[in-house]
Amino acid sequence: MKPDSDVSVPGRITRDDVAYVARLARLNLSDTELEAFTGQLADVLDHAADLEALDLDGVAPTSHPLPLSNVLRPDVPAVESADEVDHRLFCDEVLAAAPAVEENRFRVPPVLGEAP
Amino acid sequence: MSAVSLAASVRSGGRSARSIVEDHLAAIEAGEDEIHAFNLVMADSALERADRVDAVVAAGGDPGPLAGVPVVLKDNMCTRGVPTTCGSRILDGWRPPYDATVVQRLEVAGAVLVGKTNMDEFAMGSSTENSAFGPTHNPRDTSRVPGGSSGGSAAAVAAGFAPLALGSDTGGSIRQPAALCGVVGVKPTYGAVSRYGLVAFASSLDQIGPFANSVADAALLLEAVAGHDPMDSTSIPAVAPDLLGVLDRGVEGLRVGIIEEISGSGPTGLEGFSPDVQSRLAEAGEALAAAGAIVEKASVPSTVFGLSAYYVIAPAEASSNLARFDGVRFGLRVDAENTVDMNAATRTAGFGDEVKRRIMLGTYALSAGYYDAYYGKSQKVRTLIVEDFARAYESFDLLLSPTAPTTAFPIGEKVDDPMLMYLNDVCTIPSNLAGHPAMSVPFGVGDDGLPVGVQVLAPANGEPSMFRAAAVLEAAAGGAL
Repeated sequence: MKPDSDVSVPGRITRDDVAYVARLARLNLSDTELEAFTGQLADVLDHAADLEALDLDGVAPTSHPLPLSNVLRPDVPAVESADEVDHRLFCDEVLAAAPAVEENRFRVPPVLGEAP
Repeated sequence: MSAVSLAASVRSGGRSARSIVEDHLAAIEAGEDEIHAFNLVMADSALERADRVDAVVAAGGDPGPLAGVPVVLKDNMCTRGVPTTCGSRILDGWRPPYDATVVQRLEVAGAVLVGKTNMDEFAMGSSTENSAFGPTHNPRDTSRVPGGSSGGSAAAVAAGFAPLALGSDTGGSIRQPAALCGVVGVKPTYGAVSRYGLVAFASSLDQIGPFANSVADAALLLEAVAGHDPMDSTSIPAVAPDLLGVLDRGVEGLRVGIIEEISGSGPTGLEGFSPDVQSRLAEAGEALAAAGAIVEKASVPSTVFGLSAYYVIAPAEASSNLARFDGVRFGLRVDAENTVDMNAATRTAGFGDEVKRRIMLGTYALSAGYYDAYYGKSQKVRTLIVEDFARAYESFDLLLSPTAPTTAFPIGEKVDDPMLMYLNDVCTIPSNLAGHPAMSVPFGVGDDGLPVGVQVLAPANGEPSMFRAAAVLEAAAGGAL
C-alpha cells in the first residue's frame, strides 16, 4: 500500500486504508463501522503526529525494557512429567478446548480450493 | 480487616479460613448485583480450598503467608479448568489447560481464590466499559466507572468482596482503577512477576501486580507472587526484594521529585488536570517533606510524548498477539466455507469495537510504508523516555505525579471518544514504556468527594523505597478511605 509515500509525514488514514487493514487483520466491517473506525483511527494517528516535533536522528530504538537475550530453559519436556499418561491427558485437555477436532488434530474448513 | 491480620489469625489458629471465606462470599452476595465486579464467583471451590487450609493448620502445619486470605484474579490470568474470558466473547466458555504462575504461587502461599474479575476486553480500556459482559460500577459512586482495565479487581477490593486482588498493567490498568476506586495498586518492575499464563496484550509492557486496601497488604501479596520464573523468559533472574520488612523505615533523606510535565504544571506540561487532583499532589509532596524527604520539582520532558508512542507500540504488539484468536484451537468459532472466511467471521463476531480498533491501528502502524513513520519512531521515543528517567534518577530517588488527571468519571461519558479515554493514561504510561515500577496510593478526595490517587514512581527494582514512601503517604492521608 502506498510504498512510495513520504514515510516521515504520512497522509491522513483513508477509508480505503482502513478497509485494507481490516482485511489483513481478518475483520469484516460494515459500511457504518468503516466510517466510524476511519475517523477514530485518524484521531489517534493525528495525536501521534506530535512526535514530528522531536529530533530522533541517531536515537536507537527500544523494543524491550530488560537487557535480556538468548534466555533458554532447561531442555526437558514441557509437561510436568515425561510420563506418557500425563502427556496424553494434557493433550486431551488441549484438544477438548478446541471448536472442532478429528483424529487428535484441530479440524478446520478447507484451506485451499474446494473440499476433498 | 487487613490481609496481614487475616493471614496471621489463620496461621495462629485464631480464626478459620472457612469463616473468613464465608464472610467475603456473603459480602459478594449482598453487593455484587450493584457493582458487577466478577465474571465468575467460585464459591464452592473457595470453601473447599478454605477447608484444606484449615486442615493444614489443624495438623500443626503452616499454610503460608496468605493463609486463608481471599484473593480475586483479573479474568486474563489462566486458571486450569476454570473459565478465563479476558472480558471477551471470543474466549467465552474456554477453560485453560494450565494455571498461570501467579495462580500456582497463590496456592503455595495458602491463599483462597474466590473469583475472576471483570475487565475491559483483553485489557484494552480505562473504564471497564469495554467488557463483553457489561460494565463494572465504582463502589464509591455506582454511577461512575471504576477505571480500567482491571476495574473489576479494583472494585472488588474497594467493595470489601476480597482484601486482595491481582490485576495487570500495560499502560496504567492497575494504578488508574486503584486511584479511581480509592485503593492501593502496584505495577511492579517489568519482569518482577511472571507473565506465564497471563493472556498477552502488549508483551513488552504487560506486568501483573496487586490491589489492596493498604500498602502493607499490597506488599504481602506482591512478595507472594514475585520472583524468577523459568517459564517466562522475560522474568528477572534474581530474588525478589523484601518489602514488608522495610515498610516502617520512613523517607528521611530520600530525594523526591514532582514531575512537572505530567502533573499539569510547568511550561511544557500537559493540560487537563483537575485542580483538586493537583492540590492533593502538592499536599502529598508536603507530607513527604514533613517526614524528612527532600522534595523538589523534577523535569522528565519526554513523558509528554509517552501517550503518542504508547498508542502505537501497544496496538502494534496487540495486533500480533491477538492473531492467535482465529477460531482454530480454542474459544469461539463461527463456521464458514473456508478457513480464511472462518477466521474473519470468528474474529468479527468475537471481538468488541475497542479491540478491533487497536488491532487495526497496530496492523496499520506495522504495515509497509508506515512502519518507520509510526512504529520505528515510537520505539525511539521510548528510548528518550528511558534516558530522561535515567537523568532524573541521578538527582532523585523517587518521582511523584498524579495517578490520573481526574477523579472517576460517569459511566458512558467517554466511551464513544477513544482519544478522550486514552488521555486517562498520560501519567501512568511512561513507567510501562521504561519498564519501571510505580504505584498509586489513595490520598484524600476531590471536590466531588471521590478518591484521588498519588503515583509514586521508582527506577527499575526500586520497589523497597517506593513502598516506604507509599507507607508514609498512607499514614499522612489517615490510612485507607
